[in-house]
Amino acid sequence: MATTQVDSTATLDSIFETCREIGQDMEFSAAKQWQQGAPGRKVFGCFQIYSPVELIHAAGALPIAVVGAGNQLEIAHADSRFQSFVCSIVKSTLELGLTSRLKFLEGMFFHSICDPARNLASVFVRNFPEMFIEYVHFPQNLASPLGKQYLENEYQRIVGNLETRLGRKITTDDLNASIALYNQIRGLLREIYEIRANRPHMIGAAETFLLTRAGTLMAPEEHLKMLQIVMDLLPKRPSRPKDRIRVVLEGSFCELPPVPLIETLEEAGCYILDDDFFRGWRWFTSDVPIQSNPLAALAESYCDRSYYSGVKHDSRETKSGHLIQMAKERKADAVIIQAAKFCEPALFDYALYRKALDDANIPHLLLEFEEKGWIFDRARSEVETFVESLMFD
Amino acid sequence: MAANAKQPVKKTDYQGKMHNLQKDMIGRYYDSLTAAAEGKGGKAVYMMISGNPVELIQAFDMIPVYPEVNALQLAVKKQALPLILAAEEMGYSTDNCAYVKADVGMYFAGRKTPFATIPEPDLILCNYVGCNVYLQWFEHLAEFSGRPIYNLDIPFNRTENGEPTEDDLRYVIKQLEEVIEVCERMTGKSLDYKKLQRIVELSGETGDLWSEIKKLTKCRPSPFDSYFDSVTMMAPLYCLRGTEDGLHFFREAYKEMKARADRHEGPLPEEKFRFVIEGPPPWPYLRQFRDMFSRWGAVAVASTYSTVGGIWEFGFRHDPARPIESIARHMLTYNLTNRNFLQRYQQIKDYVEQWNADALVIHSVKSCRLFSAGQGDMREYFTKELNVPTLLIESDLEDPRYFSEAQLRNRVDAFFESLEHRKMLVHK
Repeated sequence: MATTQVDSTATLDSIFETCREIGQDMEFSAAKQWQQGAPGRKVFGCFQIYSPVELIHAAGALPIAVVGAGNQLEIAHADSRFQSFVCSIVKSTLELGLTSRLKFLEGMFFHSICDPARNLASVFVRNFPEMFIEYVHFPQNLASPLGKQYLENEYQRIVGNLETRLGRKITTDDLNASIALYNQIRGLLREIYEIRANRPHMIGAAETFLLTRAGTLMAPEEHLKMLQIVMDLLPKRPSRPKDRIRVVLEGSFCELPPVPLIETLEEAGCYILDDDFFRGWRWFTSDVPIQSNPLAALAESYCDRSYYSGVKHDSRETKSGHLIQMAKERKADAVIIQAAKFCEPALFDYALYRKALDDANIPHLLLEFEEKGWIFDRARSEVETFVESLMFD
Repeated sequence: MAANAKQPVKKTDYQGKMHNLQKDMIGRYYDSLTAAAEGKGGKAVYMMISGNPVELIQAFDMIPVYPEVNALQLAVKKQALPLILAAEEMGYSTDNCAYVKADVGMYFAGRKTPFATIPEPDLILCNYVGCNVYLQWFEHLAEFSGRPIYNLDIPFNRTENGEPTEDDLRYVIKQLEEVIEVCERMTGKSLDYKKLQRIVELSGETGDLWSEIKKLTKCRPSPFDSYFDSVTMMAPLYCLRGTEDGLHFFREAYKEMKARADRHEGPLPEEKFRFVIEGPPPWPYLRQFRDMFSRWGAVAVASTYSTVGGIWEFGFRHDPARPIESIARHMLTYNLTNRNFLQRYQQIKDYVEQWNADALVIHSVKSCRLFSAGQGDMREYFTKELNVPTLLIESDLEDPRYFSEAQLRNRVDAFFESLEHRKMLVHK
């Protein structure tokens, strides 16, 4: 059973190993361990992406990411509910429910990110009537100030539902304490991403993926401690730069790529300087302000300081503009679009990205993946060829 | 009895005055698009079919352009595949909605179609009513055309009672007021409120007639097929709603259908099975698909597809006394796509019960995951919990490559054969 305890004898490698175990554990032992720590503790699952975890945490509950089962679970029931052309994360998340692995949850949160995810929320309502199911509609009118106002009301509605379900009040102080905690965690993750972008030999993309992923499955207070230890240990890590190309990666904001796939990309000769893994969990480009109206602060932060993604449509700016900017800021040699199979938002974006990248003269490569993949020979040879074409250009 | 040994049922379908009237009116609508494309018409506003504020657009004498309708026309006229392939060359995936691909292919091929030249948008008004693909489709068109876009965000039906919250309603009304400002700036005219009221009144009457027409299929035999013939009426409902022409069409259609019902005439020589159908039709092979059911004497008595653009049959009416609020309510609640999946289960259940259907057919299309994602669960619900015989078949609404005629026919034949057997046992 994975344990979240990280002590003073920990090394970076042992922390990453712990994180790997937590991330693969589809019995959710880390969350159950927290749940059993005191009577009456509730855990809520959050599907991808942009889940307002602060609201859940402020209610004294633990939000965890229930975002598919990777290659840890064979889909035996869910594929009769969702067709072959629906992405794997939707099916494996349902499979987790149909195999009783989510029984310990009080409820699930779904968000207006795409059509299959939305229908999945309804399928959960029907199949698991005892669960609290919340569906969050995020505004897509970000050009008007009305979007922010709407979202604040939406958060207020959810707070009300949580209060009813849990039989307790959620105060401004509760909310601000949760915002402050997640600000700290996200701040540290941003710092670690910054270190990776500047000195990619110090810490790799697969490693930051593991760190972030584990954090979505454990108590945030524990995750914070873990990240602080990582920050202490990182500067002392012995490492030497390798001869690799510098890339940024886009398109994996929802279904989780298998960690060995990310490692394959790195071993095939890429420094991945930035990516969109867990963009909706890392959420914000800067801290959410602590103020007397925390819901307004969160709503405003969604509209004005959340990371762009394939499922946020902000007519004030173009997504391809964001991607080009990220590539330029990171001084990347190339962009890898790594889209989940059947992920319509990411695949739609690719059509725009491809044109914009061509116009900006930035080399790019499209890779499709599935969470359940476990042999990556083809990806390796594609990336190796791509890397060689750039190195010997 | 093997299906192949069956006496072939004469292939008939309804071809009356309504069809000619529709052809005429839609022809004129498309002429107005061509005129706009040639700089001789009003401003073109791109919108989506589901729950849209066309009444506002009509009030400014702007011309609604529906990329979905254009895409489906391309499919019906067997023009879609080369355009889809051209879009895939640009980087669109085989897994992306083929409506979008056909439309993008057409856009870059000069916007010329056999039915009209489609104008460039003056305004891209993305009515986001459930379908997330809409957002991306219009995001792409905005980027390609460089024209202004307004994302009209409609909160999804997500509350326990299935109703929008007061905040949702306010949010949509305020956005509609912003859209009015945009239209005023664009046309240089201020909103004529009385004119808007008249247009909303026309929509209200049109909606009433459309609901009355749909109730006629409760008769035995059903006077028309609520899937294959409803699509004929859906074009005027979308392209001409809020106009005198549109209302005239529905008055004529009602008269004709009512007379058929009174004479006990149906679209087939004999109505043997009544079914409810869920999902959009396979536009490139509509005829072949229809024949698969006709040969069994099977008539669709209700369809969810015919409620994509609006649900008037359960009591909603556009209200001229509160035009903007009723447009908002129509967008929020009274269309299929902004309702949640379980509300659709309920709608189908009502159809099966109130329209006396023998079976449910689910046509699952790859392009439209709003419709299709999770239809296996829907089948589970209808077969296991309600004991309604249910057939789930797959193809596509636009891409002819996904229509496997022999395979579909086998599935349909096997289904109706067993349904026939079941009926026989009940009668014994």
